[in-house]
Order: sequence, then structure tokens, then C-alpha cells
Amino acid sequence: MAGLEAAGQLSKNGIYVSLIEKETITGGHLNNWFRLFPDRRKSSEVKDYLDRISLSQKIKMLTNTTVEKLNKKRTSFSLTTNAGNELTADAVIVATGFDLFKSERKEEYGYGIYDNVITSADLENMFRKGNITLNDGSVPETIGIIHCVGSRDEKVGNFYCSKLCCVTAVKQAIEIREFLPESKVICFYMDMRMGGAFYEELYREAQEKWGVSFIRGKVSEASETIENKLMIKVEDTLAGRPLKMKLDLLVLMAGMEMSEGGKKMAGIGGLNTGENRFFAASDNHTGSNKSNIDGVFYAGTCTAPMNITETISHARAAVVEVIDYLADGK
Amino acid sequence: MKLEGKKVIWSDYQKEIAEDKFFYVRSCIRQNFFPGSEVAFLRIMRDVLHKDVYEHPCHTTCSGIGYHGDVVPVETAMTVVARQFALMTEAGYSNYVPSCITSFGLYTEILDTWHHFPEIEEKVRKQLRKATGREFEKPENLAHASDVIYKFRKEIAAKAKYKLINKETGEPLRVVDHIGCHYSKMFPSKGVGGAEYPYVLSGMIEEWGGEVIDYPERRHCCGFGFRQYLVQANRGFSVACSREKFESMKPFKPDMIITNCPGCPMFLDRWQYVINEMEGKRYGQNGEGIPVFTYEEVAGLVLGYDPWDLGLQMHQTDCEPLLKKIGIEYSPEDKFNLEPIHEYSEVNNLISL
Repeated sequence: MAGLEAAGQLSKNGIYVSLIEKETITGGHLNNWFRLFPDRRKSSEVKDYLDRISLSQKIKMLTNTTVEKLNKKRTSFSLTTNAGNELTADAVIVATGFDLFKSERKEEYGYGIYDNVITSADLENMFRKGNITLNDGSVPETIGIIHCVGSRDEKVGNFYCSKLCCVTAVKQAIEIREFLPESKVICFYMDMRMGGAFYEELYREAQEKWGVSFIRGKVSEASETIENKLMIKVEDTLAGRPLKMKLDLLVLMAGMEMSEGGKKMAGIGGLNTGENRFFAASDNHTGSNKSNIDGVFYAGTCTAPMNITETISHARAAVVEVIDYLADGK
Repeated sequence: MKLEGKKVIWSDYQKEIAEDKFFYVRSCIRQNFFPGSEVAFLRIMRDVLHKDVYEHPCHTTCSGIGYHGDVVPVETAMTVVARQFALMTEAGYSNYVPSCITSFGLYTEILDTWHHFPEIEEKVRKQLRKATGREFEKPENLAHASDVIYKFRKEIAAKAKYKLINKETGEPLRVVDHIGCHYSKMFPSKGVGGAEYPYVLSGMIEEWGGEVIDYPERRHCCGFGFRQYLVQANRGFSVACSREKFESMKPFKPDMIITNCPGCPMFLDRWQYVINEMEGKRYGQNGEGIPVFTYEEVAGLVLGYDPWDLGLQMHQTDCEPLLKKIGIEYSPEDKFNLEPIHEYSEVNNLISL
């Protein structure tokens, strides 16, 4: 997403771009999402915008392509692709995005083991198909959503907040209730971090209009009962008591992590990463697009969890940095 | 349930277990609770697997029961453990095998502490030297005795006389595995299969013909929990813990329970009697209890050891219905015969030293 936006804005400014995409199609995680928070517009609308902006004679699209080598030669860069082609560039924007936390690593929740434990991405896929069902094809009646799976979690080595999971959970809870009006949806959260435009309003709507329940407490474990339901244990920290309940479906709000592609780029390009393993900007306040190498810039979630609005803004900011860099004679 | 998902986790948590030359240390309490189990381990290791297993007559408690009961400070426990390591070193062994799960947890915790804080290790060395004049090497390999049986489960299966199969139906026995909390909950990487889906006992059951049951309260404490039981006023909580497990496993119709901790079989076995007295409830099939075994007892049974030599007459929950279900040949009238029934090799390290 950041790559498309940056390429589109660069081309608008008359700059030629080689856009290197490891997948068959561009758009990243946006392709897997159904609707977007906070207004629940279709994700395809944003994808259409990105496709339009990146449709330019000045953009050379290289899909199914990865960078294997990155070398700086005085004032230009040489990039070798997996196909063995060598590209030359005056500047490089790294927009390798994020990977969703692999929920199997939270072993106690049983993703990949228990039939009806799914992730937020799996649920989006169900939304796209218009069919929310359990493994046996039946319709779930009681659905639990666990926040912060792989975020703010020392046990998995991720201290940071992924920032989007709370609002994603609220959005998905509403959507479940829209799809399945008879269902009961319960969110289990540590804190509700609704720090975005219209997020708090969405949270209120989830409670008042859609009857979504919110329980402050971290689920400690899930297991399967003889009826193939999920039994979870959680502490309700506001009521100050442990709870045990049966659910039909459990949705894990997988956090964001530095992508494998990003890690590879950090290695081959000598790019600094931070304690959170994302790329480290040269200045957190005034240079969030700048890397430790002159001429290499960052755009989007390769530096930190961001929503779409922030990703697009960050990509545009990277373009400004590139234009300044090229104008200064590198 | 997707077994493939568990297999991925199991493959992530495999540990190195030594092949031979083990320094074996007994539990403080197992010989009172299930007196045949440790002897069975030694006989299986020596007579069936032909391994070198050594016991030292000067071995004492590791003090783990006091440490986890909040009456022994950790540095005291460390010095006691250092002395055990000194005994191992003096005997010329380096593969340390505790019988007790809490000991295994304590040894693991202490070795990890020394790894991260070498100054503490040095202090303990000085304390041991000053008190006893002893020096020690840390074990090259630390494995719980159930890890060792797990390692050799295929060899045991190859020599088995019986399988964990219902003789009448040909169906695998449905087995609940219960892992002691101190096995891998503190250090998941030190247990076979990790903490959430431990494989150490499941692997034995699968190899010996049974089917493992995964039930909701599988991870729940057996009810020993040290302060739950050691403090008399808390014993109702101890029974409640065990009851929680029985209620949860009952719908899965288990034939038996296998354990690898000193306390777990004791409480899962004895509290079934207590709950029956209190509530008139039994959790097994046909109005019976669910027999509870140590892994050594199960290994001994599949190898054809006499149930009474394994000490099964010491169980409160009757094992005989299960013996019949498997088709094990035994003599009911010898149950309380105190004379040795069968000839075995002497387990005589302690005597010879």
C-alpha cells in the first residue's frame, strides 16, 4: 500500500519508479480485508484508488520480484532481483510492510489445533465470502474476540502495541452482529486503545447499538470440550473474579510484526532496526522516513504499526524526502 | 482437534536426553506414595534397556518441597543442589536424572539462574566448599526420569508383552495424561512438547497402543499445589482442584490416568476415594474410579511385570478392572502377599556402598 502510494506520488512529480512487489498482485494485506474501520467502507475502494494512482507510464511494475542485493555506488544504488536483473536507482524507498503475528505462537489459544479458533484475517475472509460458519458448517452463536494477540506481550517478545487491533476487534464485532443478528459477541481486552478519528464513536456504537460485550481481562487459555465447543478461562479484572465460559468461535486479533521481507532488506542493505524489530528511523520526530543510509527511505508499516490513513501519509512524506534528496544533488 | 497443529508444537520442543550413564536421584515422597515406581524405573533401565544407572547413598532431599512450600530460601536450596551435583561429580557421572518433577523444576531453575547470574553460582560454590569441602561440575545433561523413559519408549514397545488396548474390543485405551506443573510450566523449552501440549507422556501412550484424551481442564493442577495441601486449612481447595479435573475428563470416558509427578498420582488417586465418600461420585465407567498410574508403572505393566511387584496394591482407586481390560495375567490372591513373588536383579547400589 505504501509502495503504491509512494510510486504514484513520485510519478506525479515526474520521477521514474521501479516498483518491486514480491507477490503476484500489489496491495498487500488490503487484499485480504473486507471492510475498513472506522466507517466500514469496502477495502476494494482504497485498493482501486491505489491502482489508479500507480497506473503511470513512469512506473515499471515488477511483480513476483524480490531484492536479493542492495549496494550503494557513490550516489546511486544497484539492486539485484531474484530473477538476476540489475536495477539502478538514485534513491530507494523501502515499503516492505508488516506480517501478521503468527497466532500459533500463542500456544495456549490453540490456533491451528482447535477447530474453531481463527484469526482476524480468517474472519475477514469469511466476511468476504459472506459466510461465517464453524468448522462443521454450523452457525456460531457465541463468539469471543481476544485482543492483543502477539502485542504488548513479553512472552512472545513484542512489547509494543499494534495499535489497530482494538478498533479492528470493534469493527469485526459489529460486522459479526450484522451478519449474525442472533449471535452474542464478547471482546476480551487489556485496554481499549481507541486513539483514532471516530474510533471511540465506533466503540460506543458497538456497545449501544450492537450489544457487544467488553470484558477487561486477558484470556489465559482455550481448550476444546466434548461437544467441540471452546472453553476459555479469563479473569474479569473489573469484577475481580475469574471466569470460565464456553464459546462456539474464538477470534484472535493478531498483531503486527516486522515482515520477513523487511528483515531480509535490513540484512542485505545494512539498515538499522529497533528493539521492536521494525526499521529504525533516523529521527523519531523529524525523520521518520529516513534510514541510516543516505538515499534510502522508509514508507509505511515497515517502521511501526500504522493504519491506512497514516500509511498513506507516511508514504507521501517519504516522497517529499526523496524529492528533497534528489533536488539537493543527492 | 487438528493433530497436525500439535505435531508442529511438539517438533518445536524437543530436548536432548542422554543415551546412557545416568546419575539417578530419588524423590523424597514417591517411595511412600507409590513405592514400586522408582524400583521399576531402575529395573527397566538396567534389565530391559541395559543402561548404566547410578544411585548415591548420600543423596538427600533437594529441598524443592520446602522451597515451593515457602519454608526454604532459594540460596539454601541452591547449596543443597550444589551438594547433589558434587555427589554426581565424585561418582564420575554427568547425566543427572531426578525422579521428582519438583526437583527437576528446581534444578532447571537453579541452572538457569546460575547461567544468567554467574556471581550467584560462585557464591554457592564458596558456601558448599566452606560447609563440606566439596567441588562440583554442573550436569552436562539434565532430564527428568520420564524424559528418559520417553526417549526409550520405542525400545520398551518392542519388548512389550501387553499393549494399552481393550482386550475385548481391540480399541485403544483412552488415557488422560497429567504432567506435573514443575515439569515445563516454568521452563517450556526444558520439557518434551513444551508447556501447553506436553508430549512426554502422550508419546509413551501413543507408542504403547493407547489413545490420549485432550480435555478442557488438562492443564489444571492436580490439587497438590504445595500450599493447597501442605497447609491443612487449604485441603478443601486441594480436593476441589482434583474434582475440577475429574468433572472435566469424565465425559471423555477415560480408562486410566498416567502421571509423571510424585504428588499428582497421589492426589488424583486418593481424592477419588474422598470425593466418593463426600459426594458418592465415581468418575470412571461402570461405577468404578479411574485408575491412576505413574509412567514407570505403565511401562512395567506393558513389559509384563507383575502388578503387585509394581506396587499397584498401594493404589486407593482399584486398578484391577483395568488390568482385566488389558488382559494382564495376575494373581488377585497375591495382592497383599509380602513375600517376593518374582525374581528380579538386585537394586543394590545403596547396599553395596
